[in-house]
Amino acid sequence: MLWAQAGRKDDLVVRGARVLDSAGGLDAVLDVRVDGGTVSQLGRDVPANGHRVIDGEGLLLAPAFVDPHVHLRSPGREDEETIASGTEAAAAGGYCVILAMPNTEPPVDSAAVLGALAEAARAEARIPVGFLAAISKGQGGSELTEMVELAESGAAGFSDDGRPVVSPGLLRRALQYGSITGLRLALHCEEPTLSGDGQVHEGAISAELGFAGYPSVAESVMVQRDLALAAYEGQPLHLLHLSARESVEALRAARERGIAATAEVTPHHLCRTDETVRTLDANVKMNPPLRSADDRAALIEALREGTIGAVATDHAPHARHEKEVPFEAAPFGVTGLETAFGALYTHLVQPGLLRLETLLERMSAGPARAYGLDPPRIAAGAPANLVLIDLSERWRVEEAGFRSRSANSWLLGEELQGRVRLTVADGRVAFQA
Amino acid sequence: MTPELRVMRGDLRVPGGSPPGGGRRHLLSVADLSADDVERLLATAASFGRSLEREVKKLPTLRGRTVVNLFFESSTRTSSSFELAAKRLSADTMTIRAAGSAVDKGESLKDTALTLGAYDPDVIVIRHPQIGAPQLVAGCTEAHVVNAGDGKHQHPTQALLDLYAIREELGRLEGLHVAVVGDVLHSRVARSLVQALALVGASVTLVGPPALIPRGIEAMGCEVAYDIEAIGAADVVYVLRMQRERMLEGAAYVPSLREYSARWGVTPERLRPGQRVMHPGPMNRGVEIDPRVADASHALIGLQVRAGLVVRMAVLYDLLTSGPVGVPAAAAVGVA
Repeated sequence: MLWAQAGRKDDLVVRGARVLDSAGGLDAVLDVRVDGGTVSQLGRDVPANGHRVIDGEGLLLAPAFVDPHVHLRSPGREDEETIASGTEAAAAGGYCVILAMPNTEPPVDSAAVLGALAEAARAEARIPVGFLAAISKGQGGSELTEMVELAESGAAGFSDDGRPVVSPGLLRRALQYGSITGLRLALHCEEPTLSGDGQVHEGAISAELGFAGYPSVAESVMVQRDLALAAYEGQPLHLLHLSARESVEALRAARERGIAATAEVTPHHLCRTDETVRTLDANVKMNPPLRSADDRAALIEALREGTIGAVATDHAPHARHEKEVPFEAAPFGVTGLETAFGALYTHLVQPGLLRLETLLERMSAGPARAYGLDPPRIAAGAPANLVLIDLSERWRVEEAGFRSRSANSWLLGEELQGRVRLTVADGRVAFQA
Repeated sequence: MTPELRVMRGDLRVPGGSPPGGGRRHLLSVADLSADDVERLLATAASFGRSLEREVKKLPTLRGRTVVNLFFESSTRTSSSFELAAKRLSADTMTIRAAGSAVDKGESLKDTALTLGAYDPDVIVIRHPQIGAPQLVAGCTEAHVVNAGDGKHQHPTQALLDLYAIREELGRLEGLHVAVVGDVLHSRVARSLVQALALVGASVTLVGPPALIPRGIEAMGCEVAYDIEAIGAADVVYVLRMQRERMLEGAAYVPSLREYSARWGVTPERLRPGQRVMHPGPMNRGVEIDPRVADASHALIGLQVRAGLVVRMAVLYDLLTSGPVGVPAAAAVGVA
């Protein structure tokens, strides 16, 4: 289930934008009219009828984005993010739906915690938000949560994200028992005895800088194990934030065998490599770490062909004082909601590595499908989930510009091209620049 | 008069031609140095070496300057060497150790740096167990920062002093072959030394157990060998300290200290005549180095300690006198 603040749906007309919804075979300059939060008409010279008119000339109008992987830090670390600030940041990034991970303090491992979050989201969420619940109690990896009750309370899926499900026996039970909920298991693939105290990708750069290495095989062996269990149980699963070529290859092979596995990749893994950690800037420290140029190329290829169907920011806000420490002392995680589209447009679409249509699909319908949500569409009768983008606008990522409560962005100081101008989420204008 | 210093003075420059007052310089990593920088620092160190042969060893060069030593890790030789180097140049020094300081009360490195920065020190020398700590301090103070060891990352003055000692001992650096033996994975000394030796045209072979040689390190331009026989071809055998905690349960880089010593210990039998043995200290006699080798190498290890002093004098001098203010060459040579 998704929750958001209650409120009136909007009436508006977006005039003269290039409307791009490749699922509907739509790519034309049109007016789009929204009545009571529902797309009512697409065409030329659509009458405004007193609706608010937004000039879309020279801009791109697409189905709004879905982020399947956000850390809202609530409950417990509201100094870093709240449901209000996180959803506001998401709206500014063009998102109409986000899913929040359950590794909060306390973790979302009971219907009581989930119920309190749903209540809070109804009070403060600017866009619809869903909450994943933990697979194991306290995310401790030993006892299953009450998955059925959590599903009935509206959990969007299950994950112990932040840590792996170490025990294959427990994961098997989760696949078996969880199947009756119809919800997706989302797995953070990391073999802890291989990642150890690794700080950055294991390779020439970790060797030179002296960092403990976090090898790509720490991810890929877990991907292979998880896929083997999913195949054995005949259950679907979703793989979180893939970073390594070997993981992609295992996933591709499994999908070819008919295993219902989906996966996501982050903008930072698509745009950067471990060369970036030479700066020793704690804002490029995350788990999994930035990997080699070859890994990056494999991720881009997998996203292009659809083996990886979703872009996920893994938006992980951290308090400034926790990141203003030596690299090794800093927590893992970077923010991403407000920069995802600009980063990917600048680093993948503009250099010709990915088509714009593909990027839009992987940021919207792809992640929605992975969790069984309705993909946002621009079609008459569909709920209005729209993002209006200026593809020509260049802007600098600056700490002062964030709506998120945290500014631990891997892009600070960088200039990006492509910026969200308007977001309509579930029929309401959630952001306008 | 020490004419060498006057000669050196002319060679000192601000790298990159930074304008006076701008481009504050630091020594954070050997990777930031050029071959010219290394040559200049070694030559400056050599001229300080000659000045130290005089009866009065103190030079007024950095009179009125303040050098803060900030040590978050235990250290005997590095901290004493930096302190004495600053004192020999007449700088005011202050050494702060983590134990007994505000760090014990949970103060962050940034706040410690800001607090010390308020005294307007000219140089902050920092040793810290975490990679990137010197960069952080450089980013939040106005002082020149010298990395005296950050985690497993870098220890640039150790590499410089090793070059100095090798050149004193063998008369040259270019074309030499150095074998670095032992726990390379956890060694900032090894990483700095590999880069420094590459800058002066020496070749390096890293020798040790597979799990203690980091994957991908060949990209730094060195050879890797797992067999101790590989030290046979080297002019210099540089022995790294083997730390006992590497054998702890869960780490298991090697099965036992006993097996390590048997396989990779540097013994007289594994050396050939004329090879020089160096160790950055502190040594584990009987573990990575046979006591007979340790005793036979004592002179060179003593040379390393003296090299540490003059190299650190050269680093402080270089950072401060080629900066915006400059110290008159006359002041540097007016003692004796």
